[in-house]
Amino acid sequence: MTRLVRRQGWVAGLLVLFVVLFVITKLIQPGYGSGDFGSLVRAVLPYAFAVAAQTIVVIAGGIDLSVGAMMALTSVTAASMMDGASEEYALFVVPFVLAMGLVLGAVNGMLIVVTRVPDIVVTLATLFVLQGAALLVLGAPGGAVAEWLRATIVGTVAIPGLPEISAWIPKALVLLVVCLCIIWIPLRRSKLGLSIYAIGSSELAAFRSGVPVARTKIIAYALSGLFAAMGGLALTMSTGIGAPIPGPYLLASVAAVVLGGVALGGGKGGLLGPIVAVFVLRLVRTDLTLLAIDPNVTAIIEGAIMVAVVMFGAFITMRSRSS
Amino acid sequence: MSTTAIQPVPSGRRLKRFMADRPLIPLIILLVILVVVLQILRPGIVNERWLANTVKFAIPLAILAGCQTMTMLTGGIDLSVGTVATMSAFIMATQVVNHDPAVAILIALVPAVLIGLVNGIGVGVFRVHPLIMTLGTSLIGTGCLQVYQRTVIASGAKIPPFLAWLGTGLTYGVPNALLLFVPIAVLIVFTLNRTGFGRLLYAVGDNEGAARLSGVRYWQVITALYVISSVLAGITGLLYIGLIKAPSLSLAEPLVLPSVAAAVIGGTSIFGGRGGYTGTIIGALILTVLTTLLTILQMPEGARRILFGLIVLFVTAAYLRIIEDR
Repeated sequence: MTRLVRRQGWVAGLLVLFVVLFVITKLIQPGYGSGDFGSLVRAVLPYAFAVAAQTIVVIAGGIDLSVGAMMALTSVTAASMMDGASEEYALFVVPFVLAMGLVLGAVNGMLIVVTRVPDIVVTLATLFVLQGAALLVLGAPGGAVAEWLRATIVGTVAIPGLPEISAWIPKALVLLVVCLCIIWIPLRRSKLGLSIYAIGSSELAAFRSGVPVARTKIIAYALSGLFAAMGGLALTMSTGIGAPIPGPYLLASVAAVVLGGVALGGGKGGLLGPIVAVFVLRLVRTDLTLLAIDPNVTAIIEGAIMVAVVMFGAFITMRSRSS
Repeated sequence: MSTTAIQPVPSGRRLKRFMADRPLIPLIILLVILVVVLQILRPGIVNERWLANTVKFAIPLAILAGCQTMTMLTGGIDLSVGTVATMSAFIMATQVVNHDPAVAILIALVPAVLIGLVNGIGVGVFRVHPLIMTLGTSLIGTGCLQVYQRTVIASGAKIPPFLAWLGTGLTYGVPNALLLFVPIAVLIVFTLNRTGFGRLLYAVGDNEGAARLSGVRYWQVITALYVISSVLAGITGLLYIGLIKAPSLSLAEPLVLPSVAAAVIGGTSIFGGRGGYTGTIIGALILTVLTTLLTILQMPEGARRILFGLIVLFVTAAYLRIIEDR
């Protein structure tokens, strides 16, 4: 039990923080209700997928600087393919874009394995490449999205007989949870998941105990690409268009990963922490906006909070390591 | 690979070993090849004016890449250089309206020192990963700059003639910016190779634990390093505004990723402990020539970025092969 508390302590702390922030939000804006919560989740959606993409790679001991660019590319691809196309065509677009993310992620991984160039440099290079590709696909923000795709993240899930509760379960949240669980839970319980943690913890030790390091690394990056593609789709779904210039997803994803208790060295942490962390970070932003603070000052505060939390986290890790 | 030791060394292998001994040679060869390709594609473009222009645009990149080189030697990276350079340039351009240029420059360098100090304390004392720390401070810096912009929106901006002279001027066909760059470059190379501080940087990057056990005050070295890096970035901003002559809130941002690329191409290991500034300077020149090449080929922006990324990847991979000498 104590082990569980210690292991999940960080995530529990984050959840408490989230609840506290939620209460504060309620105090600032008594009218803050289920509808606002729904729009919060919709705003979080692309960030959450970006964070998931980053998390899996960081656990495997790497870092993926190309997350934002990958999302931009998949987003514009989806938006330009669906532009002027029929509703049914989108049924084909979604798997295509997801497969594209998977393949591009795998390419990232293969480049790292084959060239033996540090992952940070390889993904920096693919950041350029993917950004360029996104600009070739769509020179300016545009495109369109199928109506039924938009509908999957707007509104709430209707549970018959429980209108109060179901109002607090936005479709976007369900989509997020389903997408993440479908991949993460089987992975976490499989040999492959264990291998990913192993190569992140110590590549050499993993190699010597028979883990196929190269293959595992490629799969980790491929899954990261898949999550990023989901993020790109979510972006297109929530905005209705595709934008070739990536948003601040890279910084946000790394910050949420660290805030979520995943060690940047790799091998530690889970997916839940970073996802809760990204909700916390977005809610802080909402609060600052509700307080009618100048959006530019909001950016400063948000950055300062992020840096302070990361510093605090690093300090705690250092203390626990030395004691 | 042990069998090759008995057989006579093949010529390809000897070439590799030669290049491993002199890591600058392959870089210079690449630079020359790029210039030759440029000359073939557009005969007559390579002349004195082009040379001066290339050097002018390579210098800000080279100084920023110097920041990356020094931080990378300790196993870090400084992604806040773009924001710091932009801040110092913008603040200087707006403050010079009311103050003497020298005062304005001093005011402009204050945020640079502050950001460097925060970076250094975050990385050195709190042991935050440098990538995160500098990304975070650059976010904060950009926010501060946007708020600052509101307060000076009425006063306008101008560029002191001295900085314009330094940034764009030529004396006998030689860019004046070299007046600033040569001392900086000499100082960086001298610091890295000949002083205790430089050795400490290599030592910390090579084996932090060992360096600590032999009495290195880690946090002091790191704090000093990041402050120096930030001040250099601030100076770059002042130089760059003299070159671009249009203060904006994203002035030096496009230089950040190329500056990392230049240091990497120049052979500085991103994991620390290995590398030097001379390679970085050539790396900056290579990237500048490459940019010109892509502009001349009239590639759309997207294709340009793709090629740029691929080349960065390819050069790094090839370079790694040569250095490793397997």
